[in-house]
Amino acid sequence: MYTTNASRGLPRHRSRYPAERYTRWALRGLVAALVLALLWLVLAFHLNGQPIFALLFLVLGAALGVVFTRRTLMSHRYIFPAVASMALFVIFPLLYTVGISFSNYSSSNLLSEERVRAQLLSRTYQEESATFGFQLYSSDEGVRLYLEREGAPSTTGEAEAELEEALEGVSRFVTGPMSLQDSERRHVAIQPAEGEPVGVPLAMREVIAYRTALQNLVLATPEGLELRMAGLRHYAPMLDRYEARDDGSLYDRRDDLLLTADGETGFFVTEVGERITPGWPVAVGLDNYARIFLDPDIRGPFIQIFVWTFAFAGLTVLFTLIVGFVLASLLQWDQLRGKALYRTLLILPYAVPAFISILIFKGMFNQHFGEINLILDALFGVRPNWFTDPWLARSMLLIVNTWLGYPYMLLLCMGLIQSIPRDLYEASAVDGGGPLTNLFQITLPLIIKPLTPLLIACFAFNFNNFVLIALLTGGNPDILGASTPAGTTDLLVSYTYRIAFQDAGQNFGLAAAIATLIFLLVAGLALLNLRLAKVRV
Amino acid sequence: MAMVQPRSLRWRKLAAHLALIGFLVLILFPLLLVISISFREGNFATGSLIPERFSLEHWSLALGIPWERADGTVVQPPFPVLLWLWNSVKVALVSSLLIVLLSTTSAYAFARMRFAGKGPILKSMLIFQMFPAVLSLVALYALFDRLGQFVGWLGINTHGALIVASLGAVALHIWTIKGYFESIDGSLEEAAMVDGASTWQAFRYILLPLSLPILMVVFILAFVMSIMEYPMASVLLVDEHKLTLAVGAQQYLADHNQRWGNFAAAAVLSGLPITVAFLICQRWIIGGLTAGGVKG
Repeated sequence: MYTTNASRGLPRHRSRYPAERYTRWALRGLVAALVLALLWLVLAFHLNGQPIFALLFLVLGAALGVVFTRRTLMSHRYIFPAVASMALFVIFPLLYTVGISFSNYSSSNLLSEERVRAQLLSRTYQEESATFGFQLYSSDEGVRLYLEREGAPSTTGEAEAELEEALEGVSRFVTGPMSLQDSERRHVAIQPAEGEPVGVPLAMREVIAYRTALQNLVLATPEGLELRMAGLRHYAPMLDRYEARDDGSLYDRRDDLLLTADGETGFFVTEVGERITPGWPVAVGLDNYARIFLDPDIRGPFIQIFVWTFAFAGLTVLFTLIVGFVLASLLQWDQLRGKALYRTLLILPYAVPAFISILIFKGMFNQHFGEINLILDALFGVRPNWFTDPWLARSMLLIVNTWLGYPYMLLLCMGLIQSIPRDLYEASAVDGGGPLTNLFQITLPLIIKPLTPLLIACFAFNFNNFVLIALLTGGNPDILGASTPAGTTDLLVSYTYRIAFQDAGQNFGLAAAIATLIFLLVAGLALLNLRLAKVRV
Repeated sequence: MAMVQPRSLRWRKLAAHLALIGFLVLILFPLLLVISISFREGNFATGSLIPERFSLEHWSLALGIPWERADGTVVQPPFPVLLWLWNSVKVALVSSLLIVLLSTTSAYAFARMRFAGKGPILKSMLIFQMFPAVLSLVALYALFDRLGQFVGWLGINTHGALIVASLGAVALHIWTIKGYFESIDGSLEEAAMVDGASTWQAFRYILLPLSLPILMVVFILAFVMSIMEYPMASVLLVDEHKLTLAVGAQQYLADHNQRWGNFAAAAVLSGLPITVAFLICQRWIIGGLTAGGVKG
């Protein structure tokens, strides 16, 4: 092997060819533009309060800058794009997932603390202590809404006092003439009134007819106070529900409660410990892992799914290997004609896109009109419930997966059997060895060693065979009594996916904890594989 | 040719043929069935493999042409199958082109250059490649969700996000190309460099033209894998007109409304080109797949 000047860090001469010089400058410009774009992203993420993503792109931008300016790293320029995309889309998500597993990130703890605070502060409530009865007065110009205060002003709480101040003692308001045909949400100004406006008051029946339009009216006083409909006969003022205090707590003006931010759970809580949703994600340590192993409602289904995942992957490897090996041995037989045609037809299941063939099987196994049940019904008079009985559903998965996977094993075995020297079989035949002796004394011992790493890879693939489960059974039928969505045919991956994306709670933290456990398992398999395969670099 | 032949060879050959044909009938039954169903009338028609009541209704709907039944009712196509197929092909084309680009340059460096951290980088690439993307979907979703706030074409529900996310899966292709590069003698490039070619020129004008076949293989492999990709697309894509075929096709067999006949036509229509492409290129694809020991 030779080493180029550039990768030894020696200076590169100015090129004799103008075209090459321009290309070099264009490339430098491109790198500079990329670095600038990444830095812009860093700034954007930083200002948006997302330090992790800012850090990610900072590292990426810095690495890009360093690799493409230092001459000693010339060789690394060639691998940088691939390594960077792996870092961004494989390694970063992996680390991020592990990170999430130590938090309570979920659909109820999704936004940052500032966003939660802002959301709570924008909430309003209807102040019931000051209600206004209303009447609609119809005239030629349109309908006027006339409000008259009911009940005496109260001054018991802070919120009430503020309200009275905003009303300035006015107890009658009226709108300008308007049309109530349009029921879009809109703001309408109201003015203090001396008495009832001109026109005829509408009867209750007609008021009810305008109900949708009235519900969507927001009446605004000159002081900026907003009133909304509260029941069929009343309007009431809308007030900000929460008020920020200097010590970071929130004051609930409707219920007179003090809410403090709880850094342990990521919620605002009242003095009695009641949580206000939404919350924000906080670190919870090993809680998610503890739940997997200690909470009986999660541990039960988890162990069941864990065992089934291993059984599924192991049995799939076994079945596909047996079918593939037998077929490969047959196709290796010299006397057999038409091997090429057989081979092509036999690998057809591999050539059809999996997402299509899985769906074909989903239709064929359908209990009512699927062809498999029609045939079984005609032959034996049974119509098994392939999708609702756990054991039948599992058998169906294994049948379909064997169909999908045996061509791969067939190809592997054919390649390996071909590499066995033919003289061995000749010698065996001379010594009177039959096919079984050949199989157990020659073929199997010779192919098992190179086959093992490939079998492990196949096991790992089926261990995480998400597409099959998602398209065929969706994990159903469900395990009874589980607190998370868990099915009897779920593999660990599809279980994780359902916790994260299908559950009403969207418990990302718990899903990430299970994902982390699978990562560890897969990493173990990968290392084992690497060792067995003796990968030379 | 074996010299020593056992007796009763003819019977054993016949038995082998019968067993193989029997197995093939069993294995190919689902595929033949779907072709047959796509020509049957109605969505729940049952019957023999050769349709008794031949109808092109499902095919017409799959091609996006409204179908007028004998009684005068017009049936609209339930899903935009051709659009989904086009989306899939579009995403697969762009992403496999980029994958070939990325993995070729890296494979060149790994095959021909000596540099710090080469061995560990290669090994860790192989290990990381075994982690399924399904498990980091939450993180990937978060990443593209945030990116989408600043870069519109990389957000959730864009094909850009799907294409970019597929670039993480390059390790297998790097290994394939690297193996091929190593089988080519380096002296040609060396000669070029002695004559004043730069590293890049030696790579671009000497090695690349020699390795076109393997680049084609990697392109086809990446293309097939991208067409079949399901988990990432199912999370990143939302709107019906943005879906890829792999995500969209399952809507035909939704639990409450199964359109078996319509599905059959759409499946044959979209599956056939991919299957034929696979069979034509099977020699190279299989070489690539079995070498890496990973099924796509």
